[in-house]
Amino acid sequence: MLLEVENVVKHFPITTGLLVKQTIGQVSAVDGVSFDLSPGETLGLVGETGCGKSTLARCVAGLHPITSGRVRFDGDDITNLPRARMRAYRRDIQVIFQDPYGSLNPRRRVGSIIADPLVVHRVSRGTELRRTVQELMERVGLNPEHYNRFPAEFSGGQRQRIGVARALALRPRLIICDEPVSALDVSIQAQILNLLKDLQDEFGLTYLFIAHDLSVVRHISDRIAVMYLGKIVELAGADELHEHPRHPYTNALLSATAVADPDEAERRRRIILTGDVPSPIDPPSGCRFHPRCPKARERCSSEEPPPALRDHLVACHFPVEAGEDLTTSGSGGRPA
Amino acid sequence: MSLLEVTDLKVSFPTSDGLVQAVRGLSFTVDRGRTLAIVGESGSGKTVSTQAILGLSPGADISGTALFEGVDLLELDREQLRRIRGAEISVVFQDPLTSLHPLYKVGRQIEELFHVHRPDTSRAEARKRAIELLGLVGIPRPDRRVDDYPHQFSGGMRQRAMIAMSLALNPKLIVADEPTTALDATVQAQILELIGRVQAEFDIALILITHDLGVVAGIADEVLVMYAGLVAERADRRTLYYRPHHPYTKGLLESIPGSTGTRGDRLRPIPGSPPSLIDLPSGCAFHPRCPYAMPVCAAERPPPAKVTGGGGHASACWLPHEAVGLGPEADALRLQAKEA
Ligand SMILES: Nc1ncnc2c1ncn2[C@@H]1O[C@H](COP(=O)(O)OP(=O)(O)OP(=O)(O)O)[C@@H](O)[C@H]1O
Ligand SMILES: Nc1ncnc2c1ncn2[C@@H]1O[C@H](COP(=O)(O)OP(=O)(O)OP(=O)(O)O)[C@@H](O)[C@H]1O
Ligand code: SF4
Ligand code: SF4
Ligand SMILES: [Mg+2]
Ligand SMILES: [Mg+2]
Repeated sequence: MLLEVENVVKHFPITTGLLVKQTIGQVSAVDGVSFDLSPGETLGLVGETGCGKSTLARCVAGLHPITSGRVRFDGDDITNLPRARMRAYRRDIQVIFQDPYGSLNPRRRVGSIIADPLVVHRVSRGTELRRTVQELMERVGLNPEHYNRFPAEFSGGQRQRIGVARALALRPRLIICDEPVSALDVSIQAQILNLLKDLQDEFGLTYLFIAHDLSVVRHISDRIAVMYLGKIVELAGADELHEHPRHPYTNALLSATAVADPDEAERRRRIILTGDVPSPIDPPSGCRFHPRCPKARERCSSEEPPPALRDHLVACHFPVEAGEDLTTSGSGGRPA
Repeated sequence: MSLLEVTDLKVSFPTSDGLVQAVRGLSFTVDRGRTLAIVGESGSGKTVSTQAILGLSPGADISGTALFEGVDLLELDREQLRRIRGAEISVVFQDPLTSLHPLYKVGRQIEELFHVHRPDTSRAEARKRAIELLGLVGIPRPDRRVDDYPHQFSGGMRQRAMIAMSLALNPKLIVADEPTTALDATVQAQILELIGRVQAEFDIALILITHDLGVVAGIADEVLVMYAGLVAERADRRTLYYRPHHPYTKGLLESIPGSTGTRGDRLRPIPGSPPSLIDLPSGCAFHPRCPYAMPVCAAERPPPAKVTGGGGHASACWLPHEAVGLGPEADALRLQAKEA
């Protein structure tokens, strides 16, 4: 295993008071998440706003200290390592962020932005540095002559390519992609997805790929983990998850995903969930999905289902059986 | 007569970098009770074209006509437009926080619409209507939530409140600009279902602006694809998805993950990126990115023409009219024209 994540918990304290800080509660952003990743594999992570995807990514990358649990990289325990010792792993684990506008310093030239990791880790300098950066630019489909330009002179898709080049600079083994294509138009999104795929083949990269769009995640992932309010509720092979979703939330998410096919859109019976995602400050008792779940029974509000484990994992007391129709037990499908 | 008939709309913005030609001669119609979706990439002019019609583009140079029930909206003064906007035509934006006033209670903001547009409505009647409307769009316990402030609503609830406001005065047309883009999939499905339901119930025409072809597939009667401030293609929903003519439409459809059939296959993106609206390519604005571009494409702008998809299918492209569809035969036709 390249990466092993074991029961990771991340709580943010909620504090009040200006001078004397008092903790009055906590945000359970990530609440006991386990999964692992083999070399060369892509694990997709989906879930709605605030379910803890980015927090989990930051915990794995060592950018957040974790509250409890364990993270192993290539067999080494890297949980909450001090800065200096984490440095060695920073080269191997890189992150690409969502916002191609916000994550690049507007006052610096792209050449030096991409060179940053090489300089920080003292990998190369001088003319060799410039050559390496220009090779990287070329590899991600940027014109190497644009070395001295500022981020504002690039389009959204090109800026995301800058982020990819920077992440690639140290030849990492694991890249955590946090919504790398969410802000992009579909035609540009497709360019970036192809690029990520090609780079994976070429360098044997392992990806943890975060998105809220299931069709994007299905396209790029070998396996998919579905998160809801800080927990993984289902984890399975990408096709298996789409064809035989077992958790009621996965079923709802799949049925809500828009398809660019009029016949399919009309055939599809939607499970329209009621209500909104509850707050991670005060998560529901028992199964966190129970206030919105079309299958919820009494047991669900008192007893938490055991966490999803191995192969096709589903954290639910009453998983959806093949052929079961949730549209009738919920608030009904979309009227024709 | 169509409810809304826009002809040769041009909108440009003088800026220090030059003239931004955001909309360059757009024509379209919307019939009563129908849904027209406007799709296209960021910057293609979707928002600007509808805002210009509604008098919401200060600083823009606008020409053309926009007949709403026979009255040219572009000829009206501010006060006349303001009366139509909100009552006859209402607008739902992507981010309800920018359109809901943060310091007023949600109910109060709905009541205000009655006071402004229907001054003979009593306070009690306006409040009753506000509660009814919030209930209609699925806000639980509307009698209590009517006194909440916008920040006490979740994103999905705020969008519902916006839809309640847009329905308040029984409009004939709703313009919804990316109404679900900021929302999660399960909430997006709720809101789209709601929009579809109220639209059918009250027989309202809808212009739905989005960049998401998935959203459109389930909801639109007709689809207008925009590129660089012009209509690239217009067709009924099925024709557009199954028998597109314009290479840009085809490119958009083929860029969608899953469109290539098997998971993990390479996608077929459109190469390059959208053009600068200050320095537009000559002829067909799509030609630098088009895999079928012919010499005529860089020389002359293709007019929108009827093509063989059926109905009102029209495409602004020099390829032969029968080159419709996504399959290999259609592609062969397109390539043949290119080689000729
Ligand atoms: N530094 C922080 N301090 C306090 N709370 C935080 C912090 N970072 C995140 N949170 C909270 O943790 C929860 C999970 O946030 P996170 O950003 O991980 O979600 P996400 O799944 O990435 O959402 P999105 O899809 O919107 O990016 C949210 O409720 C968020 O408000
Ligand atoms: N006030 C303005 N001054 C100058 N240019 C403007 C102004 N408003 C819009 N534009 C430009 O007009 C073009 C069309 O913008 P518009 O907002 O209509 O795009 P859109 O299709 O709605 O895109 P998106 O999907 O990003 O919302 C863009 O290039 C935009 O930068
Ligand atoms: S445990 Fe109960 S409430 Fe939770 S998802 Fe399963 S059926 Fe629904
Ligand atoms: S007119 Fe020419 S360049 Fe434009 S879309 Fe048609 S074939 Fe392509
Ligand atoms: Mg996030
Ligand atoms: Mg817009």
